[in-house]
Amino acid sequence: MNMNYTAEERAFRDEVRAFLDEQLPADIAAKVKGFRHLSKEDHQRWQKILSAQGWYATHWPKEYGGVDWSPVQKHIWDEESSRHGVPRSIPFGVNMVAPVIIRFGSEEQKQTYLPRILSGEDWWCQGYSEPGAGSDLASLKTRAVRQGDHYIVNGQKTWTTLGQYANMIFCLVRTNTQVKAQEGISFLLIDMNTPGISVRPIITLDGEHEVNEVFFEDVKVPVENLVGEEDKGWTYAKYLLTYERTGLAGIGLSKAALAHLKALASRRIKNGRPLIEDTVFSQRIAEAEIDLTAAAISNLRIVASVEGGGMPGAESSMLKVKGTEIRQAINDLARRAIGPYAIPFVEEELDLDYQGEFLSDENAAPLSAHYFNNRKLSIFGGSNEIQKNIVSKMILGL
Amino acid sequence: MDFRLNEEQRMLQDTVARLVRGEYSSEKRLEFSESEAGFSLHFWKQLGELGLTAAPFSEDLGGFNGGGVEVQSVMTELGRGLCLEPYLQSVILGGGLISQAGNVSQKEAWLGGIASGELQAAVALQEPQSFYNLTDVETRADKTDGGYLLNGRKAVVIGGHCADVLLVSARTSGDARDAKGISLFALKADSAGIERRIYPTIDGFKGCDLVLNKVQVSAEALVGEEGQAAGVIEYQSGRAIAALCAEAVGVMEVANELTLDYLKQRKQFGVPIGKFQVLQHRMVDMMSALEQARSMAILAASVADQEQSDERRRVLAAAKNVIGRSGQFISEQGIQSHGGIGMTWEYNFAHYAKRLIMINHQLGDADFHLERYASLLQAS
Repeated sequence: MNMNYTAEERAFRDEVRAFLDEQLPADIAAKVKGFRHLSKEDHQRWQKILSAQGWYATHWPKEYGGVDWSPVQKHIWDEESSRHGVPRSIPFGVNMVAPVIIRFGSEEQKQTYLPRILSGEDWWCQGYSEPGAGSDLASLKTRAVRQGDHYIVNGQKTWTTLGQYANMIFCLVRTNTQVKAQEGISFLLIDMNTPGISVRPIITLDGEHEVNEVFFEDVKVPVENLVGEEDKGWTYAKYLLTYERTGLAGIGLSKAALAHLKALASRRIKNGRPLIEDTVFSQRIAEAEIDLTAAAISNLRIVASVEGGGMPGAESSMLKVKGTEIRQAINDLARRAIGPYAIPFVEEELDLDYQGEFLSDENAAPLSAHYFNNRKLSIFGGSNEIQKNIVSKMILGL
Repeated sequence: MDFRLNEEQRMLQDTVARLVRGEYSSEKRLEFSESEAGFSLHFWKQLGELGLTAAPFSEDLGGFNGGGVEVQSVMTELGRGLCLEPYLQSVILGGGLISQAGNVSQKEAWLGGIASGELQAAVALQEPQSFYNLTDVETRADKTDGGYLLNGRKAVVIGGHCADVLLVSARTSGDARDAKGISLFALKADSAGIERRIYPTIDGFKGCDLVLNKVQVSAEALVGEEGQAAGVIEYQSGRAIAALCAEAVGVMEVANELTLDYLKQRKQFGVPIGKFQVLQHRMVDMMSALEQARSMAILAASVADQEQSDERRRVLAAAKNVIGRSGQFISEQGIQSHGGIGMTWEYNFAHYAKRLIMINHQLGDADFHLERYASLLQAS
């Protein structure tokens, strides 16, 4: 047993730190650390910096322009990213569709799409969920019917994160209705500018526009945009989901949120003393920190177990459940730390350039909205209930 | 023992329920919320004309001396409708403070209007540093010739943006957090020196912070005895806690109804998701949380207008603690049971979920009242 990084891993960590200290734009880091929303331009600016460094595609093999980091190196990158306030990478292109294209796509698809993902030319979004197909994803109904050199696509996708920015969408579509649900699904790459596609915003309870509905009406998609074989899409979809699940535990993000919470609780006053000295509240923070410590070690154990190659198994489902619960608990405490000031929603203070006086605390404005928004953590990426089903089936054999 | 409402109380509740149904829908609520007042002036007027804003007041003010149970009947229905009107702030708290501590001329000046709904009161009892402790008062009221000079800042005054009268706590003597030395003032909202920072709240209401900058008031603005307001404030906050608990029960009822409905209608894997045991048990837990809350709201209503005692204090702290925990549980588990749809602005559930979390931030959260209850624990 050795829980320390090797000398090479420590050197890598120093390299990562030096890079982030030097290259991460301060305004972007401030937005991330203060739970502000990033613009499309913010994401693109940071992506260009990462690409220039050659560190954008952490999940890709070197031959396609990836960095080919080991699981431990990726872990170090995640940890340092969260600590420094690196924006969450928009995963749909680089971490989701790209691994599928690399593994199952045609040579032409690799040559067309991978460089455009690396350069930031394409912004991808995900067409998986439908109004009637959430946890039961295989029941999806969006139809693709072959007509000569094209598929004609009709249907609707939903919860499409940042679809309003995207020019490409990867979709699960039904190409065969005569077979078992899972066996009639295909994986299509669709240009969002094709006639017949419309995007409608979904406003969430915190007033944000992050997710969308995407409608397809007689959309013509060239057959060369089919990934792999027709009706085999479910296999590719599941392969992609294993990539999605790793990282969903958000251990690094929880660490950053905890640091933010402790700083906040040190500034807020209760009965004339810093809130962090309050018996009950300090114990609540302590409990969150203890849970996080345990989850962080569990995460490392999973990372170490795949160091020799392979993908994490159902253990990552367990970690997704635990990790999202911890992050939600920290968000909950941050909201509670500002007491009655959780109630006002002072939107102008969300702006980083805000020059006025803060109503209560410089970091108070986003806290309630952020708490509400992050209720999504236990819903998306496979709801926590579905993750528990996976664990009980795959690990426990129940 | 009989926990049922009597004939009059049932009629009262039915009347409010009918009015709410007639006035409110999720679209209309959004319109009210975005209007300048932040609520429906029409509905407020209606509540006044039908004598509902007068309910807790005496007959000469058009009321019927409604107690905790009558207030509970009204507030539960306002909660079910997610109503934005300032019943809690103006009628219960503002009216209550003046009724209890005001002199004859203050009652004459304000109570008739508050009871009829023509005047609106707001209470400014919290401060930026006070967290939920209403004796943590740093705003100063210094004696001047024939009056007082007020300086300081009051935090999160719901309804304060459009109130006619502001009931403001300020320190006339004593140190920070002393109960003794706190005084209460009734200020005309347009008094010189009052600055407002107005904001919407995350659950659709409106409020403001008040900066009091050399606000000169006459001696007649003092409500009750100088330096002796802490007890009055504590007592009336207790009544307001009982009312807020009743509102919360109404919010939770609808949140649970919407969730149960969804479990029955939403199909995945070929069956309604309510067929899955994990969701059945969660729904049962949500129902139990509501019933725990309902029991405490009833208990709180029963002591709301009793003479002050440690027993009353314990009941109200316990009630608000249970309401806070039940509300958060129902809010979070209700969202989870719905999945993504429970988080969308367009679907009503999300607004109920937000209100439940914010009720926990009004008049003390679950931890605040846990601590308060613990400090009042009886050894035997």
